Amino acid sequence: MNLTAIAAIYRFEMARFFRTLTQSLVSPVISTALYFVVFGAAIGGRMGAVEGVSYGAFIVPGLIMLTVMTQATSNASFGIYFPKFIGTIYELLSAPISFIEVVIGYVGAAATKALIIGLIILGTSYFFVDITIAHPMAMIAFLLLTCISFALLGFIIGIWAGNFEQLQLIPLLVITPLVFLGGSFYSTTMLPPVWQTITLFNPVHYLISGFRWAFFDQADVPVGISLFAIALFTGICIAAIAWIFRTGWRIRQ
Amino acid sequence: MSAIVTVTDLRKSYAGGFEALSGVNLDILDGEILALLGPNGAGKTTLISTICGITVPTSGSITVGGHDTQTAYRKARDLIGLVPQEINLEPFETVINTVRFSRGVFGKPRNDALIEQILKDLSLWDKKDNKIMMLSGGMKRRVLIAKALSHEPRVLFLDEPTAGVDVELRKDMWEVVARLKENGVTIILTTHYIEEAEAIADRIGVISKGQILLVEDKAALMARMGQKQLKINLTAPVSAIPDSLAAYNLAAEGATLTYTYDTKGERTGITALLNDLQKAGLQMADIETQQSSLEDIFVGLVKEDA
Repeated sequence: MNLTAIAAIYRFEMARFFRTLTQSLVSPVISTALYFVVFGAAIGGRMGAVEGVSYGAFIVPGLIMLTVMTQATSNASFGIYFPKFIGTIYELLSAPISFIEVVIGYVGAAATKALIIGLIILGTSYFFVDITIAHPMAMIAFLLLTCISFALLGFIIGIWAGNFEQLQLIPLLVITPLVFLGGSFYSTTMLPPVWQTITLFNPVHYLISGFRWAFFDQADVPVGISLFAIALFTGICIAAIAWIFRTGWRIRQ
Repeated sequence: MSAIVTVTDLRKSYAGGFEALSGVNLDILDGEILALLGPNGAGKTTLISTICGITVPTSGSITVGGHDTQTAYRKARDLIGLVPQEINLEPFETVINTVRFSRGVFGKPRNDALIEQILKDLSLWDKKDNKIMMLSGGMKRRVLIAKALSHEPRVLFLDEPTAGVDVELRKDMWEVVARLKENGVTIILTTHYIEEAEAIADRIGVISKGQILLVEDKAALMARMGQKQLKINLTAPVSAIPDSLAAYNLAAEGATLTYTYDTKGERTGITALLNDLQKAGLQMADIETQQSSLEDIFVGLVKEDA
C-alpha cells in the first residue's frame, strides 16, 4: 500500500475543495437554509408534528441526507472525471500505485467534503429548529457510511461518463428522485399502502430511515435492515470498482 | 552497457482491430540517450505508453530494471518518468503543488529542496505560485518535465518534447537532458526532427508501422552519412577501369563512374581523380555528387517498409 500516494491524491483533491469554497460550501448551505425557511417555518408551522417530532425538526435528517448524497456523488464523479477530461490521468496510470490507492484517495476526499457539508448543515439547522440527537454515535456512523458509499457510486459514474452531461445525468435522474421519494420530507407511514410497498424497493429509503432513527429513535424500517442495506450498497460499489480496474474499463486501453 | 528496458515481441491491437505495435523487440541501454524516429502513427506513443503502464499490451513482455511491467508494476513504474506529448495539466492548480503532487503519487516523501532545484533548472521557480492556466504553452511544457523529474526517475521518456517549442526552451531542455545523462538517467525521446536526434542521441531507432526497423549507434549512422558519392558520366561507356585509375575507389557501370569518398577526410581526392581522368583520355559529359543523409536513410527505410 502506497500511503504517500494516497495522501498526495487526497491533499490535491481537498485543495480543489478549498479553492472553490463558495461553490462547494456556501451553495449547499444556502439551499438548505431555504428548505428550512420554506418547509420548516412557512409550511411546517401549519403542519402537525410527525411521529411526535415537529415538522421542522423532522426534515433535518432527510435534508442532510439529500445534500450529503448528492455532494458525495458529484464530488467523487467530478474528481475522477476531470483528470480523464483534461488528460492528467496519464500520471495516475503510470504511477506505481494500484486501484486501491486511487480509490481511497479520490473517494476519501469526496466523502470528507460531503461529511464537512453534512455537519455544517446540521449546525445550520440548530439556528432554525430544536433538535436532540438520540444516538450520536450511530448518527455519525450512518453519515460516514453514506458519504463513503455514495462517493464510491460517484467514482463509478465519473469513470463511466464520457462527457459532462452524462456526469450530471445519474445524480439528476436517479439520486434526487430516490432521495425525495425515499421519505426525506415525510414518514412513509403517511403514504397509502401501495406507495409504502413501492418505497420498500427504494434503497435510499433504508438509509434515511436509519439516519432518522439515530436522531429521533423512530424508524420506518428496523435499524438492522438499514445497516444491511447500506453495507450491501457499499459492497456492490466496491465490487464494481474492482471490476473496472481489473478490466481497465474506460480507463486503460 | 546492460539493458535497463527490455521489450520482447510486444504487440498491441486496439478494439477496432488496428495493430499499433506488431512485434517490437527493443533493448534500451542503461544510461544512454535513445532517439526514436518515426512518421506520425508509427507507434512511437503507443510503445512509450505501453512501457509506462498507460496501455495494456496484447502480448509480449516488458521489463524495466529487471522488473516485469505487468507482474511487478510497482517496482517497474517506480523507475520511470514520462513527459507526455500533449499538455495535460490541471489548469487551476499552482505550479509547485502540481509538481509536489507528482512526487507524492509516485510514493516519494516530500523534498522541497529537490523540487526547488528542478524548478530553478527549468526556469520555473519565479512562476511556482502561478496557476497553470496563467502560463504560456512553453512554460506548461516545462511544468510537464518538472513533474516527470520530481520523482527522480532512472528512465525518462520524452514524447516529442520539442513539438511547438521555441529555441530557448529547446536549449534549456537539452541542458537538462545532458545533466540527467551525467547523473546516469536513461533517456528515450521520440521526435520527427532528425537534426534533434543527431544533436543529442547516442543511438537512433527508427520505427514505422508498429515495427522497429533499425536501432543503430549514432556514430555508425553518421559515418554512413559522411560518405558522399561523385557520379561521373562519360561520353562513351568504359569496359574496364584504366590501370592508371586503379588506386581510386571507383566503380564503373556503363558510361558512369562512381567515386565514393569521405567528406570528413583530410583530402577528398576529387582534384587528383579529375586530373587523372583527363590524363587517361576519358571525356566527361556531366558530374554530380550525392550525399546520403540520415533523412535519406530514414525515408528509405520507411518507404521500403511501405
